[in-house]
Amino acid sequence: MTFDILTSSPADDGVPTLTLANTVDAQSADLAGVQRITLDFPKFTDGRAFSQAFVLRRRGFAGDIRAVGDVLIDQLLQMQRSGFSSAVLRANQDAEHGRKLLRHYASFYQGDAAHRAPHFAVKA
Amino acid sequence: MYQYTDFDRQFVHARAAQYRDQLTRNLNGQLADDDFRPLRLQNGWYVQRYAPMLRVAVPYGELNSAQLRVLARIAREYDTPTPELLKQAQATQDGIGAAPGPRLTTNVGHFTTRQNVQFNWIPLDKSADVMDLLASVNLHGIQTSGNCIRNITSDERAGIAADEDVDPRPYAEVLRQWSTLHPEFAYLPRKFKIAITGAREDRAAIEWHDVGLRVLRNEQNEVGFKVYVGGGMGRTPIVASVIREFLPWNQILNYLEAVVRVYNAWGRRDNIYKARIKILVKAEGQRYFDEVEAEYQRILADGAHHTIPQSELNRVSACFVAPNTEARIFKAVVEDDVEFGRWVKQNVAAHKNPELRAVSLSFKRLGYAPGDATADQLDAAADLADKYSAGEVRVTHDQNLLLPWVNCGQLPELWRDARKLGLARPNLHLLTDMISCPGGDFCALANARSIPIATAITERFQDLDELFDLGKIDLHISGCINSCGHHHSGHIGILGVDKDGQEWYQITLGGSDGSDLSGPSRASKVVGPSFAAAEVVDVIEAVLDLYKDTRLGGEHFIDTLQRVGFDAFKVVANAARHSTAKAETV
Repeated sequence: MTFDILTSSPADDGVPTLTLANTVDAQSADLAGVQRITLDFPKFTDGRAFSQAFVLRRRGFAGDIRAVGDVLIDQLLQMQRSGFSSAVLRANQDAEHGRKLLRHYASFYQGDAAHRAPHFAVKA
Repeated sequence: MYQYTDFDRQFVHARAAQYRDQLTRNLNGQLADDDFRPLRLQNGWYVQRYAPMLRVAVPYGELNSAQLRVLARIAREYDTPTPELLKQAQATQDGIGAAPGPRLTTNVGHFTTRQNVQFNWIPLDKSADVMDLLASVNLHGIQTSGNCIRNITSDERAGIAADEDVDPRPYAEVLRQWSTLHPEFAYLPRKFKIAITGAREDRAAIEWHDVGLRVLRNEQNEVGFKVYVGGGMGRTPIVASVIREFLPWNQILNYLEAVVRVYNAWGRRDNIYKARIKILVKAEGQRYFDEVEAEYQRILADGAHHTIPQSELNRVSACFVAPNTEARIFKAVVEDDVEFGRWVKQNVAAHKNPELRAVSLSFKRLGYAPGDATADQLDAAADLADKYSAGEVRVTHDQNLLLPWVNCGQLPELWRDARKLGLARPNLHLLTDMISCPGGDFCALANARSIPIATAITERFQDLDELFDLGKIDLHISGCINSCGHHHSGHIGILGVDKDGQEWYQITLGGSDGSDLSGPSRASKVVGPSFAAAEVVDVIEAVLDLYKDTRLGGEHFIDTLQRVGFDAFKVVANAARHSTAKAETV
């Protein structure tokens, strides 16, 4: 899945969007007709949205999951791995460097939303 | 020990490179301090009272001699403040309280209760170089701080204990790998600590952890985990609850994923003191347990991706084979030499293999803070590991080093070598083998200094006959309520508190870390208002005098305390006041 890094809040593109608060149970949220879900990071150290994104992907949601709020380039990799497909950066972030950081690791130990199988299940 | 694969090695190097990029951007002004802080913390870099502190991860306490030598090199070459910084820091410390300011130590590695190693003076601009040096021997600081799954601790005698049902180390290693850079669990409400044991006696204080794991065999001889959740110290000491009596071993990652996911969603983020999982478990009780079970069932229904294959357990387990040792007959010179006999009795423990012993090197001695090792001592310990213990040591929860593979026939020679190094003090589990945090000499969180109190107690109780007579006593000192020195679980606990800028000390009695000696895990009770620093040793002595006066036969301190009752000890503790005696106490 591609991961779009946006540097400013994009204009409304008409995509049916659901904004899910961090306190909402992602397991039971009604997703009928929804093509984009935005999840908020009130502070970049508040990690609830990572679990929400993972659960939404596990439910089979195939649309865009977008990170908004206190979004820094150093957390993009964790967002991508947890199931986000786009992120709107906080001001003053270096998007180009952020793209580079997404490619820093070749692979990881545990499975995630993007690669479900852990390292021990995929290696020869 | 676990043998790093190319994948594991590349991963550690990639992490060091990632950190260097983050540090470079911070030093260039591209990454603000507030945004950098959680990143450096998750690599073990704190900024303390006078300088950064590095906490190096030692997974379940195991180190090889090459790693020890790199730690020695870091102590020698990097753990050095500038003369100006040291002078300023010493002057500030000398101005605190009535207790004399001890000389601040440098070029020292410090063993922690969570089996890690800390350094106190490495300049931040050298930190990336140190990470590269660590990576050269597969060491790092990954997740030794921050609100994430921390380094996993275990029984210091894992894999060698005579009372062990299942060697926990392969499971600890699988857990380490699973928790390393877990993308979903890097920003939990608060830190998350896991401890694991496979022995009948709990030497890892598992019920004092966010998750405690006991790996065991059921009646059908199947291996699985008894899972505890919600233990912890701090302001609200809580002993963990059992959430699963028996979980098949291969499901542990799937199950912990559920435990942590529900905590991530439900844990409090509005108050740092209420953010640990213990508060959630206490508040929600069965509702939390039910949600973990429901989430676990969803993980299973989704394909149970983290079910551990037998082949993976076999691969990891193959790394933990016992080294070859030459069988020799242990000649009992113990009776001929009182000093050697004492050391064998106190510092040498039984082993699964009757020809081997587990030997503790005591880092509790006069002139050093508990758990401190100089660069030369770290090198010397590496030499002892190579000569006597298949190149391996363990950092222990009690802040000593343990040599896990010592042949009985080499004990006399090891004793002589260790004695020359000053590491053969036969005081393991005795009063002076105390746990102590670095306290106000180094830590920015501390309310009071721990090391001068530890020093005063060590100085007062130097006589070995007296120490042996007092027997096994857990004395734990914390410099603040964060409880890194585990005062809650000490038979005698000391807690530093700050009142009007002065150092005061609460004394607590009757705690347990869950060991056989101490009984079921429980928090100690406060004897009364805080004491002045100068009173602390007298209070300890008064408490121990009552023990000596009232003990029956060979009764241990903790047993006498339980039998005679807390109140009698409380009375003598408070009667030992001198400076706070008549004045209004705090």
